[in-house]
Amino acid sequence: MKSLSRLIAVTRKEIRQMRRDRLTFAMIFGIPLMQIILFGYAINTDVRNLRTAVADQANTHLSREFISRLNATQVTDVHFRVATVAQLEQLLRSGDISVGIAIPYDFDRRVADNTRAAVHILVDGSDPTIAGIADQLRNVPLEFDTAPKEARMAAIEVRPYYNPERRTPVNIIPGLIGVILMMTMMIFTAVAVVRERERGNLELLINTPVTSAELMVGKVLPYIFIGLVQLAVILAAGDLLFDVPVRGSVLDLYLAGCVYIAANLALGLFFSTAVSSQFQAIQLTFFMMLPSILLSGFVFPFDGMPKAAQWIGEALPITHFIRLTRGIMLREASLGEMPGDLIYLGVFAVVAMTAAAFRFSKRLD
Amino acid sequence: MNDDLAIRARGLSKDFGDLRAVDTLDLDVPRASIYGFLGPNGSGKSTTIRMLCGLLTPTAGTANVLGIEVPGDAGALKPRIGYMTQKFSLFGDLTVWENLQFIAEIYSIPANRRFQRMEEVLEHYDLVDQRKQFAGTMSGGQKQRLALGCAVLHKPELLLLDEPTSAVDPQSRRDFWANLFRLAEGGTTILVSTHYMDEAERCHRLAILDHGVKVADGAPHDLQQSTGMSVIEVLADDPYHAQTAISTLPVVASVTQLGIRLRVLIPESVSDALGQVEAVLSTHNIKADTQISTASLEDVFVAVTLKPEQQAA
Repeated sequence: MKSLSRLIAVTRKEIRQMRRDRLTFAMIFGIPLMQIILFGYAINTDVRNLRTAVADQANTHLSREFISRLNATQVTDVHFRVATVAQLEQLLRSGDISVGIAIPYDFDRRVADNTRAAVHILVDGSDPTIAGIADQLRNVPLEFDTAPKEARMAAIEVRPYYNPERRTPVNIIPGLIGVILMMTMMIFTAVAVVRERERGNLELLINTPVTSAELMVGKVLPYIFIGLVQLAVILAAGDLLFDVPVRGSVLDLYLAGCVYIAANLALGLFFSTAVSSQFQAIQLTFFMMLPSILLSGFVFPFDGMPKAAQWIGEALPITHFIRLTRGIMLREASLGEMPGDLIYLGVFAVVAMTAAAFRFSKRLD
Repeated sequence: MNDDLAIRARGLSKDFGDLRAVDTLDLDVPRASIYGFLGPNGSGKSTTIRMLCGLLTPTAGTANVLGIEVPGDAGALKPRIGYMTQKFSLFGDLTVWENLQFIAEIYSIPANRRFQRMEEVLEHYDLVDQRKQFAGTMSGGQKQRLALGCAVLHKPELLLLDEPTSAVDPQSRRDFWANLFRLAEGGTTILVSTHYMDEAERCHRLAILDHGVKVADGAPHDLQQSTGMSVIEVLADDPYHAQTAISTLPVVASVTQLGIRLRVLIPESVSDALGQVEAVLSTHNIKADTQISTASLEDVFVAVTLKPEQQAA
């Protein structure tokens, strides 16, 4: 009973302080909105209008028709017409173009001859995404016979489930929820304990009957609520701005969010007990952020990573949360179908919280 | 354990690496009294207080505080002690009332008495008008009153004050001590560390610490009576040259200048100390009035913190 009242006292104090800190308040709404707008519009793997140059040495009816077909794909956008392959290479090196199309003098003969490539497409391979996109140009038809043919059944047909239009925001936003929550939650609590140490409040607190656990849990509780508010902001923005669906249960999503938020808060709190200044605390959170963004499957596919990187990825809470959000929001999966990820997040939260409470000593030595 | 003692420590020591911050300290603090720790910065005052409330683990020795062995069961001790830190440690971004409320809840003051007790403290410590002010924006004296108010909110049996008056003006210090006396009369034991002589003089009992060692312990008046030093006051027009002259006497333990007066300490074992001082002044042709004086607390402090070779002199 006394313990509960002390817990409430700590929570009430945190809320009062939070309400008066404008920066914190800005972080609650500002960061999620800014990031979702920024990433939602900026990140687009569905690339169009690559800057292109053409060296049409054949200059026949057929070659001109081929170029207009290329343009019709909208993948390329011809900016330059040059005479030689060497000039194409120069433009590529200087970064003026991403794609160079070289059509040789004997283009017509090569088209007839199936053993030799008729066209060379030079691609800026220093950007992996562009190289992948330019691959699509292989499918542009290249024949003398321009009469419409009967549609041929493809031997293999790929059907992108859950995101048939291949819209990037649909892929990005479920992961972005994980990134935004991680950033804000971890920073909130990473500075929480060390700030009180810097201000001298801690020396007072450790002389009162409040226990480590009460102090730690009391500090985390208000931020869980804030995290859920942020989750709502992101989901609303995702729906309104980018038409990103939540196909599964919203309740499941919030439940997963709750556990994930707790895991990040607990980790931040643990950091806070381990450092001696707010600056160090921020540094530590950055140390966590980079692997979280790169190894979680948010940007790069998890399966493509070497085993060791996958283990690191598996250890990060965000990896499991992104699996859950993608599952619930896009695949209409329920939490019950993905118990492992939820359990991992729960265990992570409890372990980090316990570690923080133990690490936070009520002693000075 | 004697029931009349609030604190009883034996052989209490604390090392920080190679540094011995507190060295085999024995301490007996009677209940309902104000007990002072006098000493310069770094003399081990704060370290001792922190060991007594269980914040630091002693390297050696034992302490019994309010019948509880520390650091063994510091948890049981916390609700019964109040602690005021050297630096203001309440929340600057909470109001006076919110700070009090937080402390009241942390100490589990029952809800039906909580507000009444908070009002009482506001009244007692003259903070009624500051009720809604942010603690961070208050003056040094107000902050100090709030800190004391928060430390006594739960009516602790023992109050530990670590240099509580280092950041306030003289008037606030007077008021502060008036509050301490009132608390002691009400039965609260108070352990207060200070480096002000006038504050030390107000304590019922006093321990002087020097480099972690207790060099004197007793009532201020008794300490003044038993310095083992003759105190000679010299009133000279040219105190600088008088000081230089007197310092040439091998028997002189210390000379301290206070304005145009000099206070000369000479071990009591030396016969005719006054005569020797007058003789050395006249050989240097310095005009001065000399007289035997009684030891002030500052003289006591100087006498007990002298280096061994000076005492031997």
